[in-house]
Amino acid sequence: MGKNVIVIPAYNEETTVAQVVRDAVRSADVVLVVDDGSRDRTAELARDAGAVVVRHAVNRGLGGALGTGIAAALKLGADSIVTMDADGQHRAVDAGRVFERLAGGDIDFVIGSRMLRGQGDGEGKMPIRRVLFNGIGNLLTYMLFGVWVSDSQSGLRGLSRSAAEKIDLRTNGMEVSSEFIKEIRDRRWRVAEIPIPAIYTAYSMSKGQSFLVGVKTAAKLIIRRFIG
Amino acid sequence: MHKIQVLLICFALFALSRVFLSFRRGGMPVPHLMVWVAFWAGVIFVVVQPETTSTIARVLGVGRGADVVIYLALALLFYLLFRMLGKIEDLERQITRVVRAAALRDLDAPPGSDDDKRPRA
Repeated sequence: MGKNVIVIPAYNEETTVAQVVRDAVRSADVVLVVDDGSRDRTAELARDAGAVVVRHAVNRGLGGALGTGIAAALKLGADSIVTMDADGQHRAVDAGRVFERLAGGDIDFVIGSRMLRGQGDGEGKMPIRRVLFNGIGNLLTYMLFGVWVSDSQSGLRGLSRSAAEKIDLRTNGMEVSSEFIKEIRDRRWRVAEIPIPAIYTAYSMSKGQSFLVGVKTAAKLIIRRFIG
Repeated sequence: MHKIQVLLICFALFALSRVFLSFRRGGMPVPHLMVWVAFWAGVIFVVVQPETTSTIARVLGVGRGADVVIYLALALLFYLLFRMLGKIEDLERQITRVVRAAALRDLDAPPGSDDDKRPRA
């Protein structure tokens, strides 16, 4: 059995992070929280709940936090890495399923897709607005990077150790989600998508990508594609 | 000489003085100094001899000399803007690298532990 590490980037998530960590420790050997310069008690609560915590001195954004999380997980000797959100929109059992898929050894990258039907059907549906934004995100990702996936913006992903060692995340913000997909193409990774339920609470809705953030993310992606 | 010419020459001289000041303080490499001096000297020349821009306009096939100045100024501004955006992007990446390196040190000595030798924030 390899060492499974769950990476959770967190920015001001004191309301949810402790519960997310308590659930996650049952599905992994190590739960690593990257506190991305939070000004609340995120780091302290995560540590008390059983996570290893590394802290950014200043906020760097999702991409910066994920890059740090992957580097830290490798340093801890991870064989498989799963990333998940700190706002409670992913289930720890689904992280466990991603680890199982990676354990086969024939897959480099796993996407937990909220758009596929399968396990967890009916448990959580994405709000229609989110489905629409997600479709735009997928289309844009496809047009810019030439890879079609059913959920390019999913925060639940799995990486094998060899994939994690090669990945080179350059963006700091939300556009990192599409950057993972770009890496799939550049590195010719073998990809699997597994269906996951989307758990949307008022809390996670308020923390997710707003329309404005989406537009900004899209603009950054386009600029980076052509001059980055 | 028109008032606008006097005004523009005064501004150019002021800008030149800032360039020299910043060079004297050692904040500016010699090539930058030369570029800026040439730029503001060019501005003064064009302000004093506006007819020269008409000559350039004829050569380039643009209607008026004043238009040539506007086009060139816009092109230059956009170029500088893109250079700056690129620089900012570079800085962002460098900051992330520094922040990441510091964060990874948490793994060696968890904050609050006896080995934690980081300065207290």
